[in-house]
Amino acid sequence: MRAAGIDIGSRTVKVAVVEQGRLAAHRIAYNSHDPIEVCRGLLDGLAYDALFATGYGRHLFKQYWPCTVVTEIKAVAVGSRFFAPAARAVLDVGGQDTKAVALDPRGGVAKFEMNDKCAAGTGRFLEIMATALSYSMEDFADAALQASAEQKVSPMCTVFAESEVISLVARGLPRDGLAAGLHRTVAQRVASMLRRVPLEGDVVFCGGVALNACLRRLIEQELGLRLVVPEQPQLVAAVGGALLAAGSCATGLLLNPTGSE
Amino acid sequence: MPPTNYRPMWTELGLDLAKHDALLGVLGKVYRDYFLSQTGRPAGMDYFNFVISEVHGLRIKELMDARKAGRKVIGSFCLYVPEELILAVDGISVGLCSGADFGTEQAERYLPRNTCALIKSFFGFTLEKVCPFIAACDMIVGENTCDGKKKAYETFNTLIPQLYIMDLPQMKSDAGRALLSAEYLRFMRDLEKLSGRTITAESLGKAIDTVNKKRAALHRLAALRKADPAPISGLDALLINQVAFYDEPVRFTASVNALCDELEKRVVAGQGVAAKGTPRILISGCPMAVPNWKLPMIVERSGAVIVGEESCVGERGTQNLTDTRGAMVEALLDNVVDRYFKIDCAVFTPNTLRLDHVRKMTWDYKADGVLHYCLQFCTPYQMEAIPMERALEGEHVPVLRIDTDYSQEDVEQIRTRVEAFVERLKDGA
Ligand code: SF4
Ligand code: SF4
Repeated sequence: MRAAGIDIGSRTVKVAVVEQGRLAAHRIAYNSHDPIEVCRGLLDGLAYDALFATGYGRHLFKQYWPCTVVTEIKAVAVGSRFFAPAARAVLDVGGQDTKAVALDPRGGVAKFEMNDKCAAGTGRFLEIMATALSYSMEDFADAALQASAEQKVSPMCTVFAESEVISLVARGLPRDGLAAGLHRTVAQRVASMLRRVPLEGDVVFCGGVALNACLRRLIEQELGLRLVVPEQPQLVAAVGGALLAAGSCATGLLLNPTGSE
Repeated sequence: MPPTNYRPMWTELGLDLAKHDALLGVLGKVYRDYFLSQTGRPAGMDYFNFVISEVHGLRIKELMDARKAGRKVIGSFCLYVPEELILAVDGISVGLCSGADFGTEQAERYLPRNTCALIKSFFGFTLEKVCPFIAACDMIVGENTCDGKKKAYETFNTLIPQLYIMDLPQMKSDAGRALLSAEYLRFMRDLEKLSGRTITAESLGKAIDTVNKKRAALHRLAALRKADPAPISGLDALLINQVAFYDEPVRFTASVNALCDELEKRVVAGQGVAAKGTPRILISGCPMAVPNWKLPMIVERSGAVIVGEESCVGERGTQNLTDTRGAMVEALLDNVVDRYFKIDCAVFTPNTLRLDHVRKMTWDYKADGVLHYCLQFCTPYQMEAIPMERALEGEHVPVLRIDTDYSQEDVEQIRTRVEAFVERLKDGA
């Protein structure tokens, strides 16, 4: 039996297929103005017996595709256990949302926190700042990692931080130091959200932003603990969806077991 | 029957007809979307559909007719303004709604941006000239509660001619009670002056009885929601509590009781608006004034049902009846003071009764979790939210805290959180 999960995020769409408890296939594509078309492309030719959809586009997707919807929060909880069986907390930093989820010993969601509508503390913030400093995302993180000194950037609001950054650059401050300082503000913000849920056992860091090695190191510093980062952290929610789809088949519930919309 | 033309009346009230049309258009659409689209609604909701459809029409006409007959219309923004005293001078009490995002830009010319949506709303409605209730009031009572309202009234006073300020205590002490008592006495005297009528033991007794009956009907409705499956949606129950603030009380009471007769049959038959076993949520927090329906809509479209509101528009407002015993006006007024002094609003410190009430409601209504709702920038309730969450989670009651305003921008984010909360409740069951 093959079970699939699709995670329709603001920046990328991810698909994962699990078969007999193993990740059998996965695909990733950038999202566009037409998410359904992107999903169609990703699912094209992919065989599966059950499908769960998650991510902010889940409800839209469900209008076009037979599937069951599940929130990213539950999906990352389930998915993180696949990559780190002892996980008791998950930090998921994606394009527009950041989530901190505490798991109970069985892996269920015990408590969660999520950013409000502000972009600060999300992938979007880092992107805007990288652009403001004329870096690619990869170079932005590398420069921050290698900076000799960290330049403090205070305001956390995306709009204000952007104008502060522009004025600091104009004053001749080193770009790499600013890159480091901006990573620090995000790390602090994210760490404080994570501290609001109980932290014990392994803490998994996932979502596209978990690929950012600088941010990961700074969050570890802030929290004084090691984060477990799966090899492909951006796939965690899709894998969680696939595992839930597999579970729904195993219990004989196909496609819409919960009845939730 | 063609719809009555209320435009001359609205013009007479000084409304901006074009903007007012736009407001009614939005309201009608939202109402169809949120309320009329629900399935399995009780037939008794027809009355409330009608009331909402005539909210700026027939009800305003009734108010205007009453004024022509010499009666006074008194508007208020808070539970602490005692309806009994208003009815005792044969006045009409209307709770002013302040539940919509309208005229916010205008409002922000007078108010700091970090003011709660409720305050911005009544400024916006006034400035845009779209609220016939404000225009139809002979007196509007502003009360000294949170800092936001307290200071906003200073500016509001420059925008409307009929503002009356009532001082209120902040502590449940003897001095606090004495202040409330003195203010209610002053209010009573001023109502007498405004209306030219004297409050007698008989008129106050009758007013207390009218309001008690209204509250008792709402208690009856609340009690029916203990059943699983829930016989009525949280949206509809909230709507009824909202309508309670401005409808004619005797007619309202009869309509709620008629609805309850129907709901009783549903409960006996095991009929409900959602399947038995649907996760049950208690809402606690800031008042949800008409037409603030965003959060309950999201909750009930996420596979849960709301079974109670610990809110001013809900049980914080309706709990406790007023003692009817007493032969003299003074004794009855004292009973009124006693009743209102028990309201557990977050402007009081300390306010431990509120947590006890939430606990009790969680238990009574068999709620699986509590959704704590705050308007952004509402310091009193936001401050109470954190200790409340801690206390309840410590007792294994799942809590979700949502801070929001009246805008629609954050609907999808809130939906994700609410859905995840419902998943948590289902998985924990
Ligand atoms: S929350 Fe407090 S101040 Fe606000 S309406 Fe209710 S009782 Fe009044
Ligand atoms: S919601 Fe809060 S801040 Fe707004 S008026 Fe009521 S008590 Fe004041």
